[in-house]
Amino acid sequence: MAKKTLLNAKDIHIILHRLACQLIENHDDFSNTVLIGLQPRGIFLANRLIQILRKDYNISSINLGHLDITFYRDDFRRRDAPLEASNTTIDFIVEDKKVVFIDDVLFSGRSIRAALTAIQSFGRPESIELLVLIDRRFSRHLPIQPDYKGTQVDVINSEKVKVSWKENGEKDAVYIISDN
Amino acid sequence: MKQLSVDNLLGIKYLKNEDIELIFETANHFKEVINRPIKKVPSLRDITIANLFFENSTRTKLSFELAEKRLSADIINFSASQSSVKKGETLIDTVNNILSMKVDIVVMRHPNVGAGVFLSKHVNAKIINAGDGAHEHPTQALLDSYSIKEKLGTVKGKKVVIIGDVLHSRVALSNIFALQLQGATVKICGPTTLIPKYISSLGVTVETNLKKALEWCDVANVLRVQHERMDIKYFPSIREYTQLFGINKEILDSVGKDIVIMHPGPINRGVEITSDVADSNQSIILNQVENGVAIRMAVIYLLAQQIKK
Repeated sequence: MAKKTLLNAKDIHIILHRLACQLIENHDDFSNTVLIGLQPRGIFLANRLIQILRKDYNISSINLGHLDITFYRDDFRRRDAPLEASNTTIDFIVEDKKVVFIDDVLFSGRSIRAALTAIQSFGRPESIELLVLIDRRFSRHLPIQPDYKGTQVDVINSEKVKVSWKENGEKDAVYIISDN
Repeated sequence: MKQLSVDNLLGIKYLKNEDIELIFETANHFKEVINRPIKKVPSLRDITIANLFFENSTRTKLSFELAEKRLSADIINFSASQSSVKKGETLIDTVNNILSMKVDIVVMRHPNVGAGVFLSKHVNAKIINAGDGAHEHPTQALLDSYSIKEKLGTVKGKKVVIIGDVLHSRVALSNIFALQLQGATVKICGPTTLIPKYISSLGVTVETNLKKALEWCDVANVLRVQHERMDIKYFPSIREYTQLFGINKEILDSVGKDIVIMHPGPINRGVEITSDVADSNQSIILNQVENGVAIRMAVIYLLAQQIKK
């Protein structure tokens, strides 16, 4: 198994600050915007961005929720392994808000499709945007593109892109893992 | 991998503690779902469920139906009173006819003990037992334990007394299995005529003095007196039953601690439990009903997961 580092901690630090600034450009003081981290892996990125927005840019009143999409997936009963659900916490109104979905890697686009359906259960947002750390190009099954992206990468289908976070007891890094 | 160890939910007797934990964990997620503005998920869009009720039921049937609809399953309902069962059709024939309509899961309540187990051996569908005679009612026991866990944090180590008509109760048996599996201690309390002869072989103790039983317990699960199943007199009068085994405010106050009060419904108000107790803060009767939907969603979801495309 070969493991190649795509981004190291310093790269991620720079990218996160850039993404935070791009969000501020479009959403000002976030009074009409809510951030939604997608379970399970998007919440680390979402939490990190919130920290930066609060600490470094003094945006205090900003809503962050976690959305689990397990029950909205299109591969229920089609996989060998059972699906495992995570928690959903959305303690605010989504109706007429600008929603920003946050996930670590955009691959086939199917999770985002599920998230688009799932969020409707909480109301009708004014708009929905997508922020991802890694955009795997040329791998989409659906017409879904990110509005904000950390970096773009071209990898073949058999390769995996893994994002690790120090909150998980690892180093901040993004790896490309291949079988050979 | 997180999967149930069983192919059907026929009784708590066949489950492991890990199964119960998995069902509770999944139910937590569904409880959040049913408190959303839109209380529905699309998971079971391509699953069809038949609800076969060969015996009357209001709340269990409604609860199953709602759970199935919240999961987006297609459902067909059947009750024995309006069916060909009256014309002499056998159970397997009835069910096979229904299955030819491409049904994936059967939820069944039946007056005969073991009807679910029998069916699971003869038909090709997932079976969920919604009560078989005076045998088991697994989803009720699961929602009871879930409600205890929600109220007290854990079931392990808790003392639960089941009060009343144990003889005719499927809720009692399933509850005993479920509570013991999770590490609770169970006591039975009621008139000796309504306590099955060999109940102590299940590892439960019997107490005929209500006050002593209440002093001992953390949770009291009060059963309904099932008048419709009593072909002979099991106690001299309802008045006497109420005086000896009815839960009222006075006896609860005299115990001097806050006992959690449960009842599987429907309640005979003023017989096994008085209105002021049933509607008090100690009572979690309505939580049980809400949790029933989440628990049934979890059970159906986990079993449906095993049906491969």
